[in-house]
Amino acid sequence: MILRLRDLSVRLGGSHILQGVTFDVPPAGVTALLGRNGVGKTTTLRAILGEVPASGAVEFGGEPVLGRPTHKLVRSGLGYVPEDRCVFGGLTVAENLRLAVRGPDPDYDTVHELFPELRARAGQRAGTLSGGQQQMVAIARVLLNRNRLLLVDEPTKGLAPAVVSSVAAVLARVAEHVPILLVEQNLAVVRRLAAGAVVLEAGRVAWTGTASDLLGDAGRTRTLLGVGRS
Amino acid sequence: MSTVILLTLTGLGLAALYFLIASGLSLVFGLAGVLNFAHGLFLSIGAYATWWAAPRWGLAVAVPLGIAAGAATGALVEVVLIRPLYKRPTEQVLVTVGLSLAGVALLQSVWGADPRTYPRPAWASEVTTIGSAQVPDDRFLLIGTAVVVLLALLAFLHKTRYGLIIRAGVENRDMVSALGIDVRRAFTLVFTIGGALAGTAGVLGGMYFGSVSPGQGASLLIFAFIVVVIGGLGSVTGSAVAAVVVGLLQQFVNYYGTAGAGDVSVVVLLALVLLLRPSGLARTAATA
Amino acid sequence: MKRFVPLLVLVALLALPYSTLPVPGLFEGTLNSPGTLQMLAICLVFGGLALGYDLLFGRAGLLSFGHALYIAAGAYGTDILVSHAHWPLWAAVAATVPAVAVLAALLGAVALRTTGIAFAMVTLAFAQVGWIVVNRDPGGLTGGEEGLPLDSAGLPAALVGVANTVNLYWVALAFLLLVVVVVHGIDRAPLGRVLTGLRDDERRVSVLGLSAYRLKLGTFVLAGALAALGGAVHALIVGGASPHLASADLTLSLIVMAVLGGAGTRWGAVVGGVVYAYLDQRLTQIGGGLPGPLGQPLFILGTLFVLAVYFAPGGLTGVLKRRGRLA
Repeated sequence: MILRLRDLSVRLGGSHILQGVTFDVPPAGVTALLGRNGVGKTTTLRAILGEVPASGAVEFGGEPVLGRPTHKLVRSGLGYVPEDRCVFGGLTVAENLRLAVRGPDPDYDTVHELFPELRARAGQRAGTLSGGQQQMVAIARVLLNRNRLLLVDEPTKGLAPAVVSSVAAVLARVAEHVPILLVEQNLAVVRRLAAGAVVLEAGRVAWTGTASDLLGDAGRTRTLLGVGRS
Repeated sequence: MSTVILLTLTGLGLAALYFLIASGLSLVFGLAGVLNFAHGLFLSIGAYATWWAAPRWGLAVAVPLGIAAGAATGALVEVVLIRPLYKRPTEQVLVTVGLSLAGVALLQSVWGADPRTYPRPAWASEVTTIGSAQVPDDRFLLIGTAVVVLLALLAFLHKTRYGLIIRAGVENRDMVSALGIDVRRAFTLVFTIGGALAGTAGVLGGMYFGSVSPGQGASLLIFAFIVVVIGGLGSVTGSAVAAVVVGLLQQFVNYYGTAGAGDVSVVVLLALVLLLRPSGLARTAATA
Repeated sequence: MKRFVPLLVLVALLALPYSTLPVPGLFEGTLNSPGTLQMLAICLVFGGLALGYDLLFGRAGLLSFGHALYIAAGAYGTDILVSHAHWPLWAAVAATVPAVAVLAALLGAVALRTTGIAFAMVTLAFAQVGWIVVNRDPGGLTGGEEGLPLDSAGLPAALVGVANTVNLYWVALAFLLLVVVVVHGIDRAPLGRVLTGLRDDERRVSVLGLSAYRLKLGTFVLAGALAALGGAVHALIVGGASPHLASADLTLSLIVMAVLGGAGTRWGAVVGGVVYAYLDQRLTQIGGGLPGPLGQPLFILGTLFVLAVYFAPGGLTGVLKRRGRLA
């Protein structure tokens, strides 16, 4: 297991957002982290990264990492593609990428192969890009470096259907080399990418298993995710 | 006509001081999120260091020493006092408030509350005739320094990796950490830069006003705060533009209106800017 | 038992002017000597001013850096009406306090369009105008840097002269009690809970269908009126208004008082205000005898404050509470 969460709890401003989350992420393929809005998916990712104070235990590659500063954890091979992309709007595309480079040998070849558009728009300010292009920048930032795990938060949120499918295709290719913990609302994307699935409910793990077991059972999907057919 | 030239250059000289203080404040606030009331203390320490050293070693040594003293104070304050309080923004402001009160009192106990005559290079006391106006040369010293500092800051922010980190951090520092960058090292850096610029302002302010007193930093600081808000938090270019507007407005209104009207008009300008554009003059803080 | 502590303190404060007890070290002279009573009166006024400020800072979470403006407006307004316009004292106060409330409403309406640090800076800038005006002495009204002595001809005889210092003490105590009643009344009312809700999460209050802006403005105006009244009382006790009342340093010291005592707690700001004002005056009295920076009250108070932020979050009352729990 590349990542183990044991009894992870987060309290923010008086509310108990995560109440003992426990699950594992295998060292290959895509694991989907699912659940209704507000159950704590994004908070789980941010707690793993050390962006919010948490208790419990997180093991990354066999080492306990909870309480370690975010930047050190990331440098040890944890890539993060945040919700809402968080590209730096005032910086150019090239500057956004340059900032993300961690090692002496950034993998620009892969980035330019997957996103030829970014090379053409290198001098453009990232704030003026479309949502899909910004998502490319956000994903490209983690592909420049060698990572042992990627945390990817709602990469298709707010994108046009055609763009959703190309983002999914990129993630499928990326997942051939590096495991991904994926938060995603679009169940079609989950079905296409994910092997394992973890479902959160009110700050706790409500279900773990394979993605096909979850999505193949309409009743289970409905009770756990609050959606009808998908 | 000669009055207008003199007022313009004097206003720009004042703007230069405001810019030197405000650009550091703005970067510290934009990146580290700290409203730094101790910034006036950095200025005073720089000013007093030069004042103390000038009769001993001459201005050529004393001026760099004053700037270095400001920088060292900035770095020290960040590392010792501010750093333990990240994620507690109100406490950070409070600590800088306490520090500014205690620091000014400390300076007062060492050098007294009365203004001390400030050393300046001989040529800065001369005047240059422009058109029909007799302009004291210290104005050019202030304006020239501010322009050089502005260009150097912009080059640093746009051409270096640390500049890139600072610009990105002003937008979203959590995301900078999430890219594997130790953003706190950049915090120390902006405090050091801010301290150096404040120290420079202290030295130049001493030369411009002809004297230095413990409370000088605090009174300049309030106008610098106004410049920061008008210019947009985190924006160096915004600070420069706002400093020029504020400096000129203050000089002209003070001259043509009643005494003190210029200071009041600056606050009115602030209120207008806030009503019309709550984020300040710079559209996004990120343009640096 | 603990509930009676404020009551015991009140009884002590009421009995104090009748005591001829000397307290060497703490005060020069006996408790009922005019010097000590005036010093205590100033402490009580600052207790009230600090609690009034804490209505904004500790309760509504509004970090105003311009509270001095309203204190100074109260002091100078009253002083000008009494000393220049020769109004009776009560009429001067009755006119000044509502006028300052209107001023607070106007400036607050602008300042509250911003939040957080920008709000702090805007209130600071507005207050700076007050400081500039007071120092420039427009039309000889404010007396400039010298300040404006209060013309005792316009005052009731009971408030004039050293022998009547005890009455100034009563006025100060009455002001403190009024602020305590108002602020604690708000704490107890549903409004108090809404205010702290505002401080913690503005969205939650907006969800309740209440206008956060109006609530904050109302609080700002009330705090401004209390400050004005406190300023008038201060002018009465020290016999005039001085530019220091309008300075940013005064607002900063209010913040220090609130935090030192324990911001947002029932008695924290009062305790902080009284202790701060006492130390400030006492350290000034004995300051000449202390070496170097220790002779500067602000050096000691500023340093204490910085230490308190690190080592005693929750302030003096927080420390006492923890002690109490341990014991």
